[in-house]
Amino acid sequence: MHRFFRLLGREFVIGLPFTWLAVFFFLPFLILAYISFVEMGNDIHPFKPLWDSASGVLNLKYENYSSIFRAEGRALFDTIYLEAYGRSLKYAFATGLLCLAFGYPFAYFLARADAHVRPALLMMVMLPFWTSFLLRVYAWKGILADQGLLNQLLLALGLIAEPVQMLYTNVSMLVGMTYVYLPFMVLPLYANLVKLDYGLLEAAYDLGATPWKAFWLVTVPLSRAGIIAGFMLVFIPALGEFVIPSLLGGPENLMIGRVVWDEMFTANNWPRASALAVVMIAAIVVPLALYYRRHGQQADGRH
Amino acid sequence: MMKFLEKHLGKAWLLLVYAFLYLPLLFMVLFSFNSTRQDARFTGFSLRWYEALTRDSKIVEGFFLSLKVAAVTGVLSATLGTFAAFVLVRYKRFFGRTLFSGMVNAPLVMPEVVIGLSLLLLMVGAQNLLGWPERGMLTIILGHTLVGMAYAMVVVQSRLLEMDRAIEEAAMDLGARPHQVFFLVTLPNIFQAILAAFLLSFTLSFDDVVISEFLSGPGVNTLPQVIFGYARRGINPTIYAAATLLIATVTIVIVSYSVWVARQTRRRAREIAAATRS
Repeated sequence: MHRFFRLLGREFVIGLPFTWLAVFFFLPFLILAYISFVEMGNDIHPFKPLWDSASGVLNLKYENYSSIFRAEGRALFDTIYLEAYGRSLKYAFATGLLCLAFGYPFAYFLARADAHVRPALLMMVMLPFWTSFLLRVYAWKGILADQGLLNQLLLALGLIAEPVQMLYTNVSMLVGMTYVYLPFMVLPLYANLVKLDYGLLEAAYDLGATPWKAFWLVTVPLSRAGIIAGFMLVFIPALGEFVIPSLLGGPENLMIGRVVWDEMFTANNWPRASALAVVMIAAIVVPLALYYRRHGQQADGRH
Repeated sequence: MMKFLEKHLGKAWLLLVYAFLYLPLLFMVLFSFNSTRQDARFTGFSLRWYEALTRDSKIVEGFFLSLKVAAVTGVLSATLGTFAAFVLVRYKRFFGRTLFSGMVNAPLVMPEVVIGLSLLLLMVGAQNLLGWPERGMLTIILGHTLVGMAYAMVVVQSRLLEMDRAIEEAAMDLGARPHQVFFLVTLPNIFQAILAAFLLSFTLSFDDVVISEFLSGPGVNTLPQVIFGYARRGINPTIYAAATLLIATVTIVIVSYSVWVARQTRRRAREIAAATRS
């Protein structure tokens, strides 16, 4: 046990971060859950109390949740909220796959580069990550616009006759998201692949495997932990993405993070915004918990 | 054959992905010096957007606010994160450990929108009950620190886990007092990680839009909030100028940090070699 911290007091060392998190993480979450069950109020009091002390009525509202799944006059599950959740899942999944497709070969070749250039190459992956994420997303707006760099380049090369709309479509969304999250895929994959024992590959060659076969039967299965870690590191933040759809997406590319924002500040419907956020947490926590239960602490490799 | 293919395909692939990663940065640097608002054609060199940048009071104010917020967030996050890392690495058993490790890791996976929203609800509740705090710099710092602390914890934790406890025991055996062990042995060993944690949480805070959007009050706008507002309206080369200055700063800081780390590592290796020889 650490003597200095024992001197400082074990209680203090544990208590300080514990209290901080209890007040600024746990308590807000309880408030969020509470508001998700009450009735919407007016401009001055955005939500009504759960327990109306004047009339003695318990004002528990499930409508904030049920309206996520069912809209009036429409089929079950046919709501703008579920549509936005579904779209978020779709984009996050597609981003994960695209990052894997570009990031895996990249990490593989990075791991096989000369040992003395590897730190510099790795730093070059990290450098854009340290510069503003917002500004890098913004740059794509200039590149992908109708009168933007890419369209002008393609026009000049004669590959297209007139500007192609890329901005505010699935193209700009996926380019932006892949761009931002690629380093999150590369780093765990690299950490995994750099430790790979290449003797195993040589053994596979000696036993008559073609390089292609050896890659799929040896390298890929051995890097499974890196693939899963990278995919989760991309998928989870991509799911709640707010800035990229705001800058690079159109009205058809609305994701759930934006919908929560609009409910809160445009519709001023605090209870429904809270209910949407609770569902969002559940959508992330449940798969994560299942994953951890199955893979236990080995999943900690992602740190 | 495979060797040849791998070598050249490998180089081509690396080049392609690096080009993708650096294209937006080069684009902004180049067009920040453009003489017109044109976005696709370089019409001539000028510094007019840099001039416009210094005259834009919203951007200048936002910059200084962001700097203050990020500095305080960095210090708070590195401190709390180091405490949290010590708790997780050194205290294996205490009441509520599972809850603690869950809470400290959760901000890493929680969408920023959810963190922003729930903290906003807390601040509104606190303001109704206590009349404090006013939404503004303080509330933004609290929000950023929640996320920054989680990242700082991860950085310091990994360093603490790989640190050899034997050197602390050796120091104690040689008669060092507990506080001497901490300040002369433990702290120098994890100092690099704490600095990295500070830089990381500083950067995350300096860059954050979503949490700030939820927690800032009227008239209080961080630099990313100002930029976000401009960005949604359209192309503005002033932002490219801001980006270029930021890219230059980050490059200098990261490169000097890496050089410093490499030098430290080499020095330590030399010292260990010298110690084992004697």
